Amino acid sequence: MEESNNNFEPRIIAFVCNWCTYAGADLTGTSRIKYATNVEIVRFPCTGRIDFMLLLKAFAGGADGIIVSGCHPNDCHYTSGNFHARRRWIVFRNILNFLGIDVQRIRFSWVSAAEGAKWADIVNDTVKEIRELGPYTEYKKVANYLDEEADSHE
Amino acid sequence: MNKLQERATDLLKGGTVKLIIGFEQGNNKIRPFFCEKPEDAEKLIYSDDCSTNNAVYLTKKELIGDNKIAIIATYKEIASIIQLNKENQIKKENLMVLTVDKDGDVTELTSFEEMEKFCEENTPAPDPVVAALIEKIDKMNREERWAYWKSELDKCIRCYACRAACPLCYCNRCISEVNCPQWLDPWKSTLSNIEWQINRVMHMSGRCTGCGACAKACPLDLPIGILTKKMSTDIKEMLGEGEGGNVLSTFNPNDKENFIH
Ligand code: SF4
Ligand code: SF4
Repeated sequence: MEESNNNFEPRIIAFVCNWCTYAGADLTGTSRIKYATNVEIVRFPCTGRIDFMLLLKAFAGGADGIIVSGCHPNDCHYTSGNFHARRRWIVFRNILNFLGIDVQRIRFSWVSAAEGAKWADIVNDTVKEIRELGPYTEYKKVANYLDEEADSHE
Repeated sequence: MNKLQERATDLLKGGTVKLIIGFEQGNNKIRPFFCEKPEDAEKLIYSDDCSTNNAVYLTKKELIGDNKIAIIATYKEIASIIQLNKENQIKKENLMVLTVDKDGDVTELTSFEEMEKFCEENTPAPDPVVAALIEKIDKMNREERWAYWKSELDKCIRCYACRAACPLCYCNRCISEVNCPQWLDPWKSTLSNIEWQINRVMHMSGRCTGCGACAKACPLDLPIGILTKKMSTDIKEMLGEGEGGNVLSTFNPNDKENFIH
């Protein structure tokens, strides 16, 4: 059964780096800024460590949207992890788009340790956008290929 | 015996090389030929009609070992050798690169400058079928593209011939075989088939020479060659010309994008 968009609560997985965005998200909390609760944060040592396969696995595991966020350019704790990551996302996003995977569902951002308010905005915007797009049923169907096939033989 | 066969006989007789990788006429098809004995040299032919890119054998240690070998190379092989060298996968002192021109004369390309020059002068015209298919897919909307790739890649039997055929897919351990964690289902499933192609294309970014061996190797004739082709073209556009080598192992602080908030 398809969830209707009105009461659909998007499931968002955020891949963030330890030094900037994770600290920024922490600041959102300590500043007591209220924001959407749909996001589950996975902390990485660096944006450079965020393998593109993890994003695909998030979709396969039922995520409706993904946030990838790290230090602003020139602010990387390891000097260049975010520059490497940026290139990877440029190429990756292009390939996904050519394959017809919905790149609108992946939001990339730079959020520093001081930008607690920006983190709240990023999450709220993403949740709003994904709510409009609805659940990522297309991908979930492919991820449950065998179940889907079993259904169609009934 | 033609000039190529004479040269090959000399090389093997004199012990200059232990092995010559070239082509022979198979049943209705040109196929790779490994020539180790001078008396076999007469089977060697020169053709650029072989679907295999013979540069794929240059990273096979069990075949090459520490021996000096020669390869009879077309544009495809030479372009791959240049890229393999950039990635430090070639021992140049152990490799002799031979080409044959239309008069049957054999030339040895002794330096990478000569190979680069050869490639510039002999670049084949782009395949119109590939170009037309890319254009067709580019014109589709997202849902249509997804439907297209889902139905095409659903057929993939994950034989990994596309991986085996590629001279630049030489890792000893591939993500497709890692089972802790199990990134890709070891069996055929639409999801893993799609994930496999995304992996292949990502790992080839900036490295693919466009030889087309992957697509020709696919037993199901899936249009996977256009994925690497499209990626190569777009990378030049997105990251700039002259970004040779593995674009993902380096970066430019001024890389431009329009999607990071
Ligand atoms: S060669 Fe074709 S069928 Fe085999 S794994 Fe590659 S895409 Fe799939
Ligand atoms: S065209 Fe295919 S086989 Fe040739 S280098 Fe690119 S990925 Fe490898």
